[in-house]
Amino acid sequence: MDFSLTREQKLAKEMLEKFVENEVRPIAAEIDATEKFPFETVQKMGKLGIMGLPYERELGGAGGDYITYIMAVEELAKACATTSVVLSAHVSLCCWPIYAYGTDEQKNKYLPKLLKGEHLGAFALTEPNAGTDAASQQTTAKLEGDYYVLNGSKVFITNGGYADIFIVFAMTDKLKGTKGISAFIVEKGFEGFSIGKIEEKMGIRASSTAELIFKDCKVPKENLLGKEGMGFKIAMSTLDGGRIGIAAQALGIAEGALDEAVKYMRQRKQFGKPIAAFQGLQFYIAEMATRVEAAKQLVYKAAWKKQAGESYGVDAAMAKLYASETAMYVTTKAVQIFGGYGFTKDYPVERMMRDSKITEIYEGTSEVQKMVISANILK
Amino acid sequence: MNILVFIKQVPDTNEVKIDPKTGTLIREGVPSIINPDDKNALEEALKIKESKGARVTVVTMGPPQAEKALREALSMGADEAVLLTDRAFAGADTWATSLVLAKAAEKIGYDLIFAGRQAIDGDTAQVGPEIAEHLNIPQITYVEKVEALDGKLIVRRALEDGYEVLSVNMPCLLTCIKELNQPRYMNMYDIFTCYEKEIKVMNIKDLDIESERVGLSGSPTKVKKSFTKGPKSQGEIIDVPAHEAANIVCEKLKFVHII
Repeated sequence: MDFSLTREQKLAKEMLEKFVENEVRPIAAEIDATEKFPFETVQKMGKLGIMGLPYERELGGAGGDYITYIMAVEELAKACATTSVVLSAHVSLCCWPIYAYGTDEQKNKYLPKLLKGEHLGAFALTEPNAGTDAASQQTTAKLEGDYYVLNGSKVFITNGGYADIFIVFAMTDKLKGTKGISAFIVEKGFEGFSIGKIEEKMGIRASSTAELIFKDCKVPKENLLGKEGMGFKIAMSTLDGGRIGIAAQALGIAEGALDEAVKYMRQRKQFGKPIAAFQGLQFYIAEMATRVEAAKQLVYKAAWKKQAGESYGVDAAMAKLYASETAMYVTTKAVQIFGGYGFTKDYPVERMMRDSKITEIYEGTSEVQKMVISANILK
Repeated sequence: MNILVFIKQVPDTNEVKIDPKTGTLIREGVPSIINPDDKNALEEALKIKESKGARVTVVTMGPPQAEKALREALSMGADEAVLLTDRAFAGADTWATSLVLAKAAEKIGYDLIFAGRQAIDGDTAQVGPEIAEHLNIPQITYVEKVEALDGKLIVRRALEDGYEVLSVNMPCLLTCIKELNQPRYMNMYDIFTCYEKEIKVMNIKDLDIESERVGLSGSPTKVKKSFTKGPKSQGEIIDVPAHEAANIVCEKLKFVHII
């Protein structure tokens, strides 16, 4: 068993740390306050190969490995949860299903620009009445000549307002239930497709969470991803991978908050000494650090299994469940350690606490993760 | 066009601490980095490569661990890397170092050489100019702007109270300052291929230099004594609004009869 990073991963980590300190951390509070999508940062990430990190060079990727991609999500999240989810949704939820299920024509048409970060991707499964019950899709797709005609709407779509390419799920045959769902590659300019409401959120405020509206939207039939009826399978397998990304995001937020708490405890003085000298708070730090470390092992093990080609669905669910709850725990304790200052926007821990909450909800709530885990054990 | 960039691996001085008992640098656990000015030199070479087309070779003299700095330079986009390493090079002063680097430049071939102004560990600013002297080529130091034309360069050189604009024919050597540019990040494309590239290793034999001209024996500099300045007493932070702080400072300065 070897827990050490490869030479390339070490260089990548160094590069990511520098990038985050110079480009991401300085604007994190500002984009949280203004809800301004970090478009320029994403473009820079594209040029540096981060937006297509784990994919082959021949397709426009950086030729890196999956663990480094997960590390990138984690490093970004240490300073800015918004920027990290932009990357995770793009790579795991849009590029991956095209890569895994697309035809050569679809891959060659869409992946080069996505992987270079010239195009941004999104994933559209959730609907007003189909959240955790994703199988209850009400968006329909009807084949008419050379086009599928899509009608319906999607909500809470990460990157929605800025994405160029969307993986959209719709019912092609209602009678078949989950086997009647199909997946489509939709470009933002397609006739009949528009962006609706942009949500105002508690956390990850700059990530552009949008409503998508399909009104007789014409999608060329060659943009069907996989076969008709494969949509639910594509969605579930995509989310298995996406969960490792969200787990890495949660891990990063927790690590960021722990760093802030440690720094603050050393400088803040009460009763004539740094608050780091008080055992009550020392025990908080011990508990936070131990949970962070446990979350890290789960996240990296799931990433390692995916990279090694082993089945990783349960590992991803465990990693997401534990890392997201760790993020919530650690950020809440960090605010506590900061006391009144932690409750203000003068310090980043209140933002981290707000950002944490969504990691227990999206890409499968904690309850769903428990269903996935227990179903696998009790099967 | 062949561009050589000389880089040096140095301890990150932001992280260096002094052992209060011995007065020496604590090097253990201190990360090594590419010397900052050398990164500006590399950046400018890469910019010329992008605009005019060139082959960029990074060269460093150092122990085998200096390979890490070369890999980082490759990850920023350099095409080739050369490591000059030999036990005989140890203990070299700037003269002996620059001789080795100049010999390497002759062996590798060049149209243009970039170096950093000075390294943050030695701060001599001598190695770049000495390389040019060994090679007998023009040198421009403290470069803050470069425009590459065919066969020549228009270069702006920073002075204390202004600047001068010079035209120089290639081959030549430029030493760079941080105002020249903003060095790029390593990128994922090059990070994941940099270990597939071969780093060319050259030793004293490859460079055809007599052993008495390198390392300690080839170094005219003799260090008589080195010492650390005594630490200043701890300062006091007056963390109150500015006008109150000014009053407090004035009182304190009056008390010690400075004002």
